[in-house]
Amino acid sequence: MSAITSRKLTMAKAIAEAISLEMERDPRVFVMGEDVGVYGGIFGATAGLYEKFGPERVIDTPISEAGFIGAALGAAMEGMRPIVELMFVDFFGVAMDQIYNHIAKNTYFSGGNIRVPLVLMTAVGGGYNDAGQHSQCLWGTFAHLPGLKVVVPSTPYDAKGLMISAIRDDNPVIYMFHKGLLGLGWMTLIKDSTGPVPEEPYTIPFGKAEVKREGKDVSIISVAMGVYQALEAAKELEKEGISVEVLDLRTLVPLDREAIINTVKKTHRVLVVDEDYLSYGMSGEVAATVVEHAFDYLEAPVKRLAVPDVPIPYSRPLEQFVLPSSSKIVNAVKELLRS
Amino acid sequence: MNIPKETLMRMYLEMVTIRLYEETMAEAYQEGKYPVFNIASGPVPGEMHLAAGQEPVAVGVCMHLKKEDAVVGTHRPHHFAIAKGVDLKRMTAEIFGKVTGLGRGKGGHMHLFDPDVHFSCSGIVGASIPQAVGAALAFKMRKEKRVAVAFFGDGAANQGTFHEGLNLAAIWKLPVVFVCEDNSWAISVPKEKSTAISQNADRAVAYGIPGVYVGENDVLAVYEAAGEAIERARQGGGPTIIEVKTDRFFGHFQGDPEVYRPKDEVQRLKQNDPIKRFRKYLIENDIATENELKQLDDEARKRVEEAFLFARESPYPAPEEALLHVFVE
Repeated sequence: MSAITSRKLTMAKAIAEAISLEMERDPRVFVMGEDVGVYGGIFGATAGLYEKFGPERVIDTPISEAGFIGAALGAAMEGMRPIVELMFVDFFGVAMDQIYNHIAKNTYFSGGNIRVPLVLMTAVGGGYNDAGQHSQCLWGTFAHLPGLKVVVPSTPYDAKGLMISAIRDDNPVIYMFHKGLLGLGWMTLIKDSTGPVPEEPYTIPFGKAEVKREGKDVSIISVAMGVYQALEAAKELEKEGISVEVLDLRTLVPLDREAIINTVKKTHRVLVVDEDYLSYGMSGEVAATVVEHAFDYLEAPVKRLAVPDVPIPYSRPLEQFVLPSSSKIVNAVKELLRS
Repeated sequence: MNIPKETLMRMYLEMVTIRLYEETMAEAYQEGKYPVFNIASGPVPGEMHLAAGQEPVAVGVCMHLKKEDAVVGTHRPHHFAIAKGVDLKRMTAEIFGKVTGLGRGKGGHMHLFDPDVHFSCSGIVGASIPQAVGAALAFKMRKEKRVAVAFFGDGAANQGTFHEGLNLAAIWKLPVVFVCEDNSWAISVPKEKSTAISQNADRAVAYGIPGVYVGENDVLAVYEAAGEAIERARQGGGPTIIEVKTDRFFGHFQGDPEVYRPKDEVQRLKQNDPIKRFRKYLIENDIATENELKQLDDEARKRVEEAFLFARESPYPAPEEALLHVFVE
């Protein structure tokens, strides 16, 4: 999937570029949310758009999530293609009725007669001591609800291609960018999270996971920050002669179950790394997929590394205790190989 | 107000159609639910919220709307849908859960979507408001002279979406009209116990928009107030909130024991039946003859009968259709 280009972008710039290209191409596309205009988005995902397209198409809203997310639905149903930013995914509660009772269901209730082509983009992830109202991932919550596509990019290249696919999709898409991967000056920089991005528009299909590293002893399945932690762990484990395959799911809805099954058939051991809560979430869904479709290929029970069903705590030692990390992944892989 | 006879006759026809529709639906709803009331039984299962008595609001407003204008209704949506011109046969089939319905039986009575006439509704109180704001935003962005209307009850005016939606519409000066049906009851809670002020129209002051209270359940009074607001919206003058005092003849839902309501209230409200009064008005002012109105009564009856017949005779969807339409392809 890697394109031939030497230009490197942060994920935030890749997202803003994707939106800009689509706004040039399609007059129906517009952006709405808190601080998306003059400020350029708290996480930079709309930087430069206001200057380029003006206040008519890059609309700063009041702090009224139920109002403007509901309005995005109304505009989408009348033929526009809004991109609406929910600043932190943690704020979903005040607008959840519009999201899950309406955005997710109107197409179904209409027997397919209503299209809801909107993108709800939102920041996820912790690791910077912001506590549990600003650090959650919650992709499992949205993926659980039928009617929403859920996209979680891990690289700038994927972020651009998946955003363009999201905007062109006739269905509602929840597009979740991890704060730690955006290339923000005020976050710990993840080496390699800035990457090559072609200048022209391109799409990446939903439901296609990507093998980020080939291996034969164990498969690590993850998204977003977990992909980087898995790759780092894989390098460590390689020194000890353990060959790790890393699979980046990229979208949770649709989920590339075939890629999950294929990697299990190859390595026979699976670790799921999930920055979301452990129970009833992504890690459980992946484990269930493996058990249902590739049980006979397993040489050990599926292992899960996820937030252990507590809110994300503030204090550094507490937060580091609950979040996945490359060293925890190394240990988990070794346990998996012993079992 | 000088209203053409043709318009007045259409108002009458639409109101009578709504009334007959709701009465017919009430009967159909009872089928299979006697002597033991089980909400899941009969040809029309589930909750059923009927709007008999509230016809003036829907008709007085929608009479000004064009096909391309958008309406977002409530959990009690039939009168709005009929007044907006939703296909009556497919709407009824939807309520009967049939494959010929607007949503192929997936939405039912509270989830009627007819994109041909830009009608939608929702089972969630207050949900209509931001969605109509969004439709109006789309119209304004595309410089189309179209208007969106959000209908909601007085109970919804205490939801956050009301305040967020009105503020958004006001700051963006959108072509939207907010129409609050004040039927005095939020299920069982009377307005004076739920709402800090007596008229939600007064809340317009907080958003710097016009607020109009129509104090009588009268189609002509609604028509006049709505005409001004819709024209203002269409010409770029921004939003208006209109609140109409109206009457709910049935319970909140069919089967509602209505223990909260004084026993004689409905009888008293029916003395002031808005359709009977309008009929009298048309005759006493020599606008229409008994015979002309009788013809409209017959036409309404025919429309309703045909719709219910279509619904009853239509097939149910194949069970596996439940797996379709989560996403558009």
